[in-house]
Amino acid sequence: MTITTTPIDNGVDVDALLGARAAFAETPEIAQFQWRSSVTWENGTHSRSEVESFYGFADEQAHHQSFTLDADHPLQFASQDKGPTPVEYILVGLGGCLTAGVAAVAQQRQIQLHSVKATLSADMDLHGILGADPEVRNGFSGVKVDYQIEADASEDDIRALVAQSQKRSAVFDIVTNPTDVTVTVV
Amino acid sequence: MPSVTAVVVGAGHCGLAMSRHLTARSVDHVVLERGEVASSWRTQRWDSLRLLTPNWMTRLPGRDYRGDDPDGYLSASEVADLVTEYAAASAAPVVTGTTVTALRPGGEGFHVDTDRGRWNTRTVIVAAGTTRGNVPAVARRIPALVSIPALQYRNPDQLPAGGVLVVGASASGVQIADELQRSGRPVTLAAGEHVRVPRTYRGRDILWWLDATGILDERWDEVDDLVRARHLPSLQLVGASHTLDLNALQDSGVRLVGRFAGLREGVAQFSGSLANVCALADLKLGRLLDTIDDHAGGRGERLEPTLVRKPPLELSLSSGEIRSVVWATGFRPDFSWVDVPVFDHRGRLLHDGGVTRWPGLYVLGLPMLRRRRSTYIDGARDDAADLAAHVTDALKEAS
Repeated sequence: MTITTTPIDNGVDVDALLGARAAFAETPEIAQFQWRSSVTWENGTHSRSEVESFYGFADEQAHHQSFTLDADHPLQFASQDKGPTPVEYILVGLGGCLTAGVAAVAQQRQIQLHSVKATLSADMDLHGILGADPEVRNGFSGVKVDYQIEADASEDDIRALVAQSQKRSAVFDIVTNPTDVTVTVV
Repeated sequence: MPSVTAVVVGAGHCGLAMSRHLTARSVDHVVLERGEVASSWRTQRWDSLRLLTPNWMTRLPGRDYRGDDPDGYLSASEVADLVTEYAAASAAPVVTGTTVTALRPGGEGFHVDTDRGRWNTRTVIVAAGTTRGNVPAVARRIPALVSIPALQYRNPDQLPAGGVLVVGASASGVQIADELQRSGRPVTLAAGEHVRVPRTYRGRDILWWLDATGILDERWDEVDDLVRARHLPSLQLVGASHTLDLNALQDSGVRLVGRFAGLREGVAQFSGSLANVCALADLKLGRLLDTIDDHAGGRGERLEPTLVRKPPLELSLSSGEIRSVVWATGFRPDFSWVDVPVFDHRGRLLHDGGVTRWPGLYVLGLPMLRRRRSTYIDGARDDAADLAAHVTDALKEAS
């Protein structure tokens, strides 16, 4: 009997990530990154954001193209619905971050993924943003993320993937912990 | 200016273990001690503290446990007495009441400055313990409350009546939370990442299993992720026969919240990551018990998953509900007196299994220094033996 092993490939270059961690140990300042976007009001609740440049590895960097993202509110709020709402972008960010993390951790742990899907939902009481009830916060009262994952791994190993992804997720941290925000008019 | 071949800084169990090995190798040395032998066991422990490790594991070079309660847990003062007896039995060259104020390269190796003069030496072994609390800067901004680090905690009477916020859910945090809750002070416990273990599994102490499976002997140069292994929080244990996990604390009425994340306008904020840190701890526990079962065959009874209710994310520290805060947020060594270039950009001491990159300078008594056992008193024996061998080899090469 011959046993053939197929290399685990989730399309994540773990060696590059570990290489970056090793490089950061030697020259810690290159780990200092800055993420950016700019936003322009279009009309009503519609705004258009652009994402292109960022800073890292001790130099100016850029995506290979400029990305344009529209944000608006739905017709039910008498808006034009030219894009997702800003709060939906938070869910997009969280889902994108956690899912990238699942793939990276799976690669690192030599787990072959077949499919990874998640549905995200966030509950919100609009009394908050409308200023109708000072006891209600503006933001989400809670966020739920439900993963369905098919992979060559036990149920506990899959749960551990998802837990580790949360532990190392930037957006999970941003959503679950306070962040200092400074807004100025220049 | 007196000269010796080696100076050991600190007369705790590690420094004395080192001294014993140096004596066996005929290396003339002194052990400099700021207070009395086992100083921090006498001055930096709370009254009810007992070791997390069972008595049979409280071994030092040339001294196995001889008492009649191998499965018990020594109190802090019993540890202090044991270490003091050990120093006497070893005839260790301890110089007490001598605080090292600076260590610098000089002479044939180092100048060790103390509040009672300077020593010249070729070799220095830092075994000064873990004497500083990792208290976050925000602790100083807590409004008008009693706010103390775990190192200053002695007993519940030190704190006012009323609610207490205990920050940190590793060994210190869970023990202090339990004691305060039982004293009638309603406790809110802020829990970040923690390592959940049962006191006993399949009829044996969990440390018996960690020993028997070889986990405690995993070496620093063989583990996958040394940074992670060295920064692992202490086991969520108490030196008693029962399990003290987050479920047990909640059964006693302790309110669980997420990691302490910040303070804003007198309101403490807690992370929304509680469910995940509990899931991580439960999964990690499951893997540990699987390893034990693989070793022993069969399968033992598992703990229930950690119960996470919907925790509050904020808590006013000025409403009167909370009257005091205890910071059980970890400990770190104090190397502020070490003026030798052996630190990284963030001031962390760099070493390879206790051997620094500066010839002749060693460190002992840090978590996972050379093996997982290094975290416990029981690790001093092998770590000191390894480093003493390194010391004598280096001295031979140099002469």
